[in-house]
Amino acid sequence: MTARLEHSLAAQMERMSRASTARSSRAVLRDSHITLSHGAGGKASQALLEALILPSLCSPLLDGVADAGIVPLSSGTSRMAFTTDSYVVSPLFFPGGDIGKLAVHGTINDLAVSGARPIALSVALILEEGLDVDTLRRVMVSIGEAANAAGVPVATGDTKVVPRGKADRMFVNASGIGELRGDVALSPANVRPGDVVLVSGWIGDHGMAVMLAREALELESEIASDSAALHGLAAALLDAVPRTRVMKDPTRGGVATSLNEVARCAGVGIAISESRLPIRPEIHGACEILGIDPLHIANEGKLLAIVPPENAERALSTLRDHPLGSAAAIIGEVRTEHPGMVILQTAIGGARVLDMLVGDPLPRIC
Amino acid sequence: MRYVDEFREPESVRRLATEIERLAEGRRYKVMEVCGGHTHAIYKHGIQDLLPSGVELVHGPGCPVCVIPMGRIDDAMAIARTPSLIFTTFGDMMRVPSSNGTLIDAKADGADVRFVYSPLDALKLARDNPDREVVFFAVGFETTAPSTAATVLRARDEGLRNFSIFNNHVTIIPAIKAILDSPGMQLDGFIGPGHVSTIIGLGPFDFIPARYGKPVVVAGFEPADILQSIVMILRQLNDGSAAVENQYARVVRAGGNPKALELLATTMELRPYFEWRGLGFISQSALRLRPEFSNFDAEVRFAVPGLRVTDPKACQCGEVLKGVIKPWQCRVFGTACTPEVPIGSCMVSPEGACAAYYNYGRYSLMREQERAGGASVVMPGAGGTPDEVLV
Repeated sequence: MTARLEHSLAAQMERMSRASTARSSRAVLRDSHITLSHGAGGKASQALLEALILPSLCSPLLDGVADAGIVPLSSGTSRMAFTTDSYVVSPLFFPGGDIGKLAVHGTINDLAVSGARPIALSVALILEEGLDVDTLRRVMVSIGEAANAAGVPVATGDTKVVPRGKADRMFVNASGIGELRGDVALSPANVRPGDVVLVSGWIGDHGMAVMLAREALELESEIASDSAALHGLAAALLDAVPRTRVMKDPTRGGVATSLNEVARCAGVGIAISESRLPIRPEIHGACEILGIDPLHIANEGKLLAIVPPENAERALSTLRDHPLGSAAAIIGEVRTEHPGMVILQTAIGGARVLDMLVGDPLPRIC
Repeated sequence: MRYVDEFREPESVRRLATEIERLAEGRRYKVMEVCGGHTHAIYKHGIQDLLPSGVELVHGPGCPVCVIPMGRIDDAMAIARTPSLIFTTFGDMMRVPSSNGTLIDAKADGADVRFVYSPLDALKLARDNPDREVVFFAVGFETTAPSTAATVLRARDEGLRNFSIFNNHVTIIPAIKAILDSPGMQLDGFIGPGHVSTIIGLGPFDFIPARYGKPVVVAGFEPADILQSIVMILRQLNDGSAAVENQYARVVRAGGNPKALELLATTMELRPYFEWRGLGFISQSALRLRPEFSNFDAEVRFAVPGLRVTDPKACQCGEVLKGVIKPWQCRVFGTACTPEVPIGSCMVSPEGACAAYYNYGRYSLMREQERAGGASVVMPGAGGTPDEVLV
């Protein structure tokens, strides 16, 4: 190769390394107003969290990345997982689910991926004046059914009504507590090069189902949300592979955002293989039309797990043996190269950086 | 998606890549992909990883979001801030900076800005909100202009009085000509825009081989399409010939889409000149509504500042759009200008060269380094640890 090319490559690498440093430096909140991007689960959300919320709260229990907070109990050695989430999805009902079911499942899943056995839930409602009672009844029945099916009862709740126009029909907040298993230690910090990345099934169903349910998009499809309670699946995996490094529930921002969080936290690189990703042809098609990456779409019933290489096959067969994991797949591996970055190896043999979601292609998906 | 997967089949892709390597042996070629859709596909699939170092792809001006000058975004913001007006736009345009914030900021400030997937969604909003003005921010090349035209005709037929468009449609041919005429141009051939060509056909590209002696191959958007079009261009170059060829014949007809062209001719006319971001004023390069449709023209119905706003000094979008510099060579690339906080429009749209390069390009660089035979390069990592080696 000519010296000129080498020179240009070196210059290019130097620029890219500056960009990379800028990219990984601490998030700065430049905005003077809250915009929808701050709620999208991507970079703007992270900036809001890191630059405003966490520093204001100064809590020793908050780390900003974990799906649930871990609360030590004064008695004995057991610890509690504690999580909360608000649900503002629009429309309230969509193929495969509704705002109530989503609230129950989402809250249980945050506990499940933290390695906790969910014990109880709270449900708080914010209702807009004029909401019809039948709609509310349907949502409440759905909450009851989902909680009972999961075996996690609702222990407390609250109802508020705001004047017309001050909310959009109804919002739901749900919190959950769970007892942390003593035999596992889940944390992105445990992830090591060589570890294997698994996903428990089809990617992108929930976000696409909600999106297609919106009237603006007149695409015919059979795509339904994957909303499901994952505590059974997570427990099965932890029973089979107690050395599981970390589990994630790839909701807002999708699989790409969750993997980036892990890569950044653990200071490792993650390489994902495009041809191994379980993505339904319908989702692929809809993504092509809408210009969205399926890896940026929210899931509400999928587990991402990173396990040591020697446990990979056992983890895969355990997931596949469970009704919620029949389409589970090994999708990638952890590396020492490109720390903090997720790389997608494309089906045709190329490679590209898989970044977190920027901006918000789909507001109010959960 | 079977129809798409066929063109992503690794085996045929590999065959084409081998053929390109053979054709480019001992030579250096610079090929411009004019269309932003191609730029996006090239990065998305990692196509540059498959090309020999002698074949360089240069990203052209065909990203409709990227070429809109800042002054037009200022105008859009002014319209969007009109009390009780609903301003509708494609999602990408919401993040393009004006001289004072973006449409996302205007929305957070109280403007009713909504993103839509088609001008017909905007028309539906107008129908559903008869007491409010609804404006559609029309952007794009000949690909999207016909659907805007059809929407305006439908609005007229339905007798809607509260619907108008802010027309920023541009035409690709004058931009290609501007690039061919720019000093220091070093391109050997063009991958022609597949979607635009479905509308305008092949004829408008004839001047490129005829007057400038450069081959043009109109291409589809799958990896095999793009690679095959490069094969076709290199064959022409090696043969010393120059012609317009159609790789995307399964979609593009030589005569284009006469019905769409007729819709355009009925509703729109060429502006005498229009400013392109970074390329400056190009004559007869954009469309506006004909006077008989002025009721649907937001520029006529609302007060817009209509001022020319100079791009931020640090921004080098123009040079990127002309292919003079690579995205990474821009002064602010990846540091002051990122997809989250863009300075230039090339960093906004996923079709923009800078955003594509920022999101997808960094890894292929390391491979290029490998191919160049260089040792692995030490890059300071996030925590400033200098021993993290990228290979």
